[in-house]
Amino acid sequence: MRGPAGERPVPVNAPTPEDLVQFVYDEARLIDEKRLDEWYELFAPDALYWMPLTRGQPEGEGHTSLFHEDKLLLKVRIERLKRPQSYSQNQPSFCQHVLQRPQVLSLDIEANEFILRTPFLYAESRLDDQFVLAGVARHHLTRIGEHLRIKLKKIELLNCDAALPSIQLFP
Amino acid sequence: MSKYTGNPQAVQSLVRPDAVHRHLYIDDELFALEMQHLWRNTWVYVGHDSQVPKAGDYFTTQIGLAPVILVRDPSGDVNVLMNRCAHKGTRLLSAQSGNCGSTIRCPYHGWTYHLNGAIRAIPVRQGYEGTAAMASEAGRGVVRLRHVENYRGFVFARLADEGMGFRDYFGDSLTSIDNMVDRAPAGRLEVAGGVLRYLHNCNWKMFVENLNDAMHPMIAHESSAGTAKAVWESLNMPEDAPKPMVVEQLLPFVSNYRFFDDMGVKIYDNGHSYSGVNFSIHSKYSSIGPYEQAMIDAYGEQRAQAILGEVRHNTVYYPSLTIKGAIQSIRVARPLAADKTVLESWTFRLVGAPEELLHRTLTYSRLINAPTSIVGHDDLHCYRSIQEGLAASGNDWVSLHRDYDSAEEGAIAGTYNGLSEVSMRGQFKAWRKFMAPDAGAGR
Repeated sequence: MRGPAGERPVPVNAPTPEDLVQFVYDEARLIDEKRLDEWYELFAPDALYWMPLTRGQPEGEGHTSLFHEDKLLLKVRIERLKRPQSYSQNQPSFCQHVLQRPQVLSLDIEANEFILRTPFLYAESRLDDQFVLAGVARHHLTRIGEHLRIKLKKIELLNCDAALPSIQLFP
Repeated sequence: MSKYTGNPQAVQSLVRPDAVHRHLYIDDELFALEMQHLWRNTWVYVGHDSQVPKAGDYFTTQIGLAPVILVRDPSGDVNVLMNRCAHKGTRLLSAQSGNCGSTIRCPYHGWTYHLNGAIRAIPVRQGYEGTAAMASEAGRGVVRLRHVENYRGFVFARLADEGMGFRDYFGDSLTSIDNMVDRAPAGRLEVAGGVLRYLHNCNWKMFVENLNDAMHPMIAHESSAGTAKAVWESLNMPEDAPKPMVVEQLLPFVSNYRFFDDMGVKIYDNGHSYSGVNFSIHSKYSSIGPYEQAMIDAYGEQRAQAILGEVRHNTVYYPSLTIKGAIQSIRVARPLAADKTVLESWTFRLVGAPEELLHRTLTYSRLINAPTSIVGHDDLHCYRSIQEGLAASGNDWVSLHRDYDSAEEGAIAGTYNGLSEVSMRGQFKAWRKFMAPDAGAGR
């Protein structure tokens, strides 16, 4: 049995493409299984979880985003879900990622930067309501100590400009 | 069997001074009547003129259910046209925004229009010779709205031919727009940063009522703002540590009842109001030094302080627009059905101010107004719960009694304590007035 994704030992100097791909699969699985405290640990201290509002949106704060979360905001979201006063989750939401095999775009041991591109479908349901989002996730990973960590997870939604319903979990 | 169509008395009886009938939120027939009367007799926000800076620039939206085009014509004027071909009714422009050049051409049979709606050309026009076409409705071209007002960049329109004038309709509530525009050292605003569109499966009025409902934040937003507070406190930062912007913006939502009561609410005629007469949840944001200097340079010390000292919370321009001047964001309600509304959140750059101001605006809008916002989730959950709860029988009335005083039945305009439900009573007073078939003529 493998441990949680974040705890899988990665050879200090050289993650293989397969290590990177497995990391992306495991990351989605932690969300879907609502192991959000473990998921949170996958993020580097200066990480960004970003879902732009438009196609080709430049980095930075000159434009609104759907998500633009540092670790503090991720923590707030995760802790909120644990509270009984979170009425919008008394009837809880569940989600399911269906990932295409991640494509390793960059594996730069020297720069300690690993980039993957993963087309996905994401379903979020809450009792009788379900919606499906499609898009591409880009993971920018780095090695910290023995572990891979997320520096950036960027989610490019196919219908980022649509009038969207409440998205309460994490695509 | 229609209960309300053609029966204005039945409609009027749904609003008491201190309560409203549940059908106002759930009845399809009343929704249709709102589109026919309320949303035609009132001044509805269309868009901002900075969205169409150059001749030919357009933006498509709707007033009630009517599709309209906001377009800049070559003379520099901003027109509002019905987005409907004079020939067979085709929606002329389908993109959200763009530039159509000097004419608008129908994608079906090629009727072509000037940007004021007049017909410019029709293919094989001789086919209409000897017919009544050009003397009929079709010959008048695209319908151009006659009642359009561009107030400091904010464009409003009234569909009804007859009715209350713009100034009479909004009165001194326009001072909230003034304050928002005055906050720009250059005295003007520009739409910037994109539009958040949030689908609400509830009636539009629940959102509009909520804007100056000061009794809900400490309950509904305990889960989001309360969690932010707990997480921040768990970090054990020193008392004087600068708070991250997101913490600064979220924490005031769980201020106590006393805070929200003392904030005060100002009521105008015709459904308009703002809360934050004395101070607001935006009062204690950290100052951005170069901005204050730019304001002093532009206005002089005294005037700059007066502008920045006015920190209103939400202003409701009934029925369609709500603004936050102090944070330069607006929300627009676009009703689609009795239980379906799209909320648009637009943000603005204060021209002449440092870019950090825009960043603060964008952060706020994302934290509070996005479909991904935990604060938004709290609110929409409550609205949707009302939508479902009102299907219950045994109690047909929604209570608006808090701090009611029968003196409101005469003149409602005035300043009240923040926790009062008077802003909602004011909205329904306006609802009743503008739902009347003869409201168009009424003063």
